[in-house]
Amino acid sequence: MMNARMKRFDIWSMITAAIFVGYIVFLALPLFMLLIKSFFDGTTGEFSLAYFTKFFSKAYYMNAVWNSIKVTVSVTILAIVVAGPLAYVMSTIKIKGSTTIRILILISSMSAPFIGAYAWILLLGRSGIITKFLSQVFGIEMPDIYGFSGILLVLTLQLSPLIFMYVSGALKNVDHSLLEAAESMNVTGLRKMWKVLVPLITPTLLAGGLLVFMRAFADFGTPMLIGEGYRTVPVLIFNEFISEVGGDDGFAAAISVIVVLFATTVFLLQKYVANRKSYSMSALNPIEPKKIKGVANIAAHVYVYLFTIVAMMPQVYVAYTSFQKTSGKIFVPGYSLDSYRAAFSKVGDSILNTFLLASITIVIITLSASLIAYVTVKRKGAVANVLDTFTMLPYIVPGSILGIALLVTFNKQPLMLSGTAAILIAAFVIRRLPYTIRSSAAVLHQVSDSIEEAAISLGSSPMRTFFKVTMPMMISGVIAGAIISWISVITELSTSIILYTGSTRTMTVAVYTEVVRGNYGVAAALSTLLTVATVLSLLLFFKLTGKKEVSM
Amino acid sequence: MSVAISFNNIVKKYGEATVIPELSLTIKEGEFFTLLGPSGCGKTTLLRMIAGFNSIEGGEMTFNGRAMNQVAPGKRNIGMVFQSYAIFPHLNVSENIAFGLQTRKLVKQEIAKQVDEILKVVQIEQYRDRMPKNLSGGQQQRVALARAIVIKPDVLLMDEPLSNLDAQLRVDMRNAIKQIQREVGITTVYVTHDQEEAMAVSDRIAVMKGGVIQHVGTPREIYQRPANLFVATFVGRTNIIEAVIARNERGEASVVIGDSYQESIPSLNRIQEAIGAVKLSVRPEEFVLSPDQTGLKGTVVNSMFLGLNTHLTVKLSHGQEVEVITQSELDDVIETGERIYLKILAEKINVFDASGNRNFTGGTG
Ligand SMILES: Nc1ncnc2c1ncn2[C@@H]1O[C@H](COP(=O)(O)OP(=O)(O)O)[C@@H](O)[C@H]1O
Ligand SMILES: [Mg+2]
Repeated sequence: MMNARMKRFDIWSMITAAIFVGYIVFLALPLFMLLIKSFFDGTTGEFSLAYFTKFFSKAYYMNAVWNSIKVTVSVTILAIVVAGPLAYVMSTIKIKGSTTIRILILISSMSAPFIGAYAWILLLGRSGIITKFLSQVFGIEMPDIYGFSGILLVLTLQLSPLIFMYVSGALKNVDHSLLEAAESMNVTGLRKMWKVLVPLITPTLLAGGLLVFMRAFADFGTPMLIGEGYRTVPVLIFNEFISEVGGDDGFAAAISVIVVLFATTVFLLQKYVANRKSYSMSALNPIEPKKIKGVANIAAHVYVYLFTIVAMMPQVYVAYTSFQKTSGKIFVPGYSLDSYRAAFSKVGDSILNTFLLASITIVIITLSASLIAYVTVKRKGAVANVLDTFTMLPYIVPGSILGIALLVTFNKQPLMLSGTAAILIAAFVIRRLPYTIRSSAAVLHQVSDSIEEAAISLGSSPMRTFFKVTMPMMISGVIAGAIISWISVITELSTSIILYTGSTRTMTVAVYTEVVRGNYGVAAALSTLLTVATVLSLLLFFKLTGKKEVSM
Repeated sequence: MSVAISFNNIVKKYGEATVIPELSLTIKEGEFFTLLGPSGCGKTTLLRMIAGFNSIEGGEMTFNGRAMNQVAPGKRNIGMVFQSYAIFPHLNVSENIAFGLQTRKLVKQEIAKQVDEILKVVQIEQYRDRMPKNLSGGQQQRVALARAIVIKPDVLLMDEPLSNLDAQLRVDMRNAIKQIQREVGITTVYVTHDQEEAMAVSDRIAVMKGGVIQHVGTPREIYQRPANLFVATFVGRTNIIEAVIARNERGEASVVIGDSYQESIPSLNRIQEAIGAVKLSVRPEEFVLSPDQTGLKGTVVNSMFLGLNTHLTVKLSHGQEVEVITQSELDDVIETGERIYLKILAEKINVFDASGNRNFTGGTG
């Protein structure tokens, strides 16, 4: 029925066209410019493969690739190994305080990963309190946390909650009778899990694994802070692009192109495998957590609590240090609000910037996501399909690379945006749109076409129909998506660190710089403010959606 | 305000597939017109062409002679009741009903007044402030109807509006719909696949099959003189019996069933050409028990007492089973296994040619 209306040129065609132009200018063009830059010599302007040959021929660069792959694969496997059983335990066994635990796990995943990195340095670093405590009291020397192991620790803790949420969601859709059926055929215990449960949740594990993989792969703050010379690809790109001496934009572009190609391959591979293995499930008789007794019960509780404590530790400890007295850069005994005072006076502008930029971003995201969701869901066709692909792209383009792409595109007239707030907002919007589009589209899929036809047959114009009928019905999904996007905008570092200038510095950038400078008090105060903002936003989300979970 | 709708050789295609080939039809002003047919025959498609939600690939559709093919749905001044009701879930009852009035730039008081009036007509005044999710199916149906007619549309369109209701409510609502339609007098096009419902509400019915209209007529015409065998079987229950036509020396025609039963059919006398084998449509009530031992011989294989009537399944001597409805008698109970003789009511039955496409006994084509 829609194709009949599609043929007529109406306001929706114009909106679709406008969205298209937006995506072409702020996504397709920058990525294209990146590609161009990587294939043309920076000084002579001639076509050349020099950047690529340089990258693939030097052990120094290949080493970074190897490091990235090691980190990413290890983090993904470890996250599945840690969080898969965690989700299973929480879904099948009654754990005391499980609602609170779920919320805590969610909160721990929502903070910026590099804050975890710096918190773990405070805890387990050379002069970390746990390190000192263990060596002074017990004479135990902790292994070195810097480098690979630290990155692994931080990213695993940070990203395991994603797997936890994915698997918990999938287990909710597994019918308990399936497990009972297996038991009745004498397939029990681990064999039951391996033969029945694991295959059923494999598509989910793949999807969650992909998300973890992409985030671990793109993460830049963690290796920067705790890596101490352990160079991964994002670090490489950042250094090449930012550093005043010896940096090379063209070379950074070439690495970016390689990274995007690699990410695309992984993405398509995952999609291919997941499509072949997907089942549509819905449980009439979902698995309920059961009370158990004895050692197993204790073990289950210990596992869940231990994970939660370790996952929450960085944020709690950072918050604690934010109230410690400081003298210069060092913490001294006693408590005070000095760090907060210092934060407001030294980097108060970053607080304002963060909330201002995020607010503008969210307004734009809310409006465009609802329009795009509408176009892709309700006005199917070739145009909508292309749009759908566009909206998926940011999943596979790491934030820092999008930042670089925008910078190389908009650094000269007539599109001189570098250094402005606009370029940051553009980057945030592009990166966070997919999530809000998805949550809006999910609601929109449930709205039958006849509701709109009813409005139209009553003489309502397309725009009035959208704002009076469709929008109110999908608003819950839009807002839910927008809040989560808001949280990720205020906690994101990789794009803003590339795009910020003195006047557009954000809180995460300020935390990062303060940590690098050793101003742990100010960093702690800012981080704590971010955590508070995150928790408040989450509470708002819970209140508005009536749910106690977030789908990523 | 009401309009007459006319289709001249209308064509509907989905891609390459032609769903409605060259259909012509006129719906009179103010009448309750029903599109009846089995699922997938194109009723919804035709209705949505009237509404403007479906494009028209050929021919012309007019409202009172004005071509409507290119007019946008919102400009056609139609009221539509959807199968799913399509009530706006975020608006309460009166806001739902006022929605269409608001697009018509009326002043607030006027809107309120019209909403009040229509709430009375559909008898849901007491629910005016309720949210849709707190209404029963029947109440939602009334809201949908009120919302469609409050804008004083030129045409009211309804697509299987009762199919989501339970059986009892369906009967109540169809009476309500009929009565409300009479009150407001809007040209109404109603879609259903339920022939009983169609008979109950309609002034006229178009029976469709495969995108082609088989018969247009009043419920009585369609039931009593169906245009072809499909219409005879689709509307009401009937028995199809093979027979041949014989003529005596005076040219008077009669049907011969089997080798022992013959009944003269005066309405066939006017037909000049030779007719051989035919198919008879004999409705269950068009059989009578023969008091003497003449007529079609058969055995009762099932007898169901339903109060006023008794339904019999009778196996005729040549093996065919037929359904028969008789008035229940006080004393003369017919038992399963009993041997009986049946006669047909010659003036009521319909005689079709062997292909079933032509009715010799009358009926419009
Ligand atoms: N949007 C569409 N695209 C392709 N074919 C369609 C579409 N809508 C309906 N049809 C086909 O047109 C025919 C008539 O459908 P419809 O009008 O819905 O029948 P009815 O309402 O009588 O059950 C069916 O064969 C159906 O499959
Ligand atoms: Mg239909």
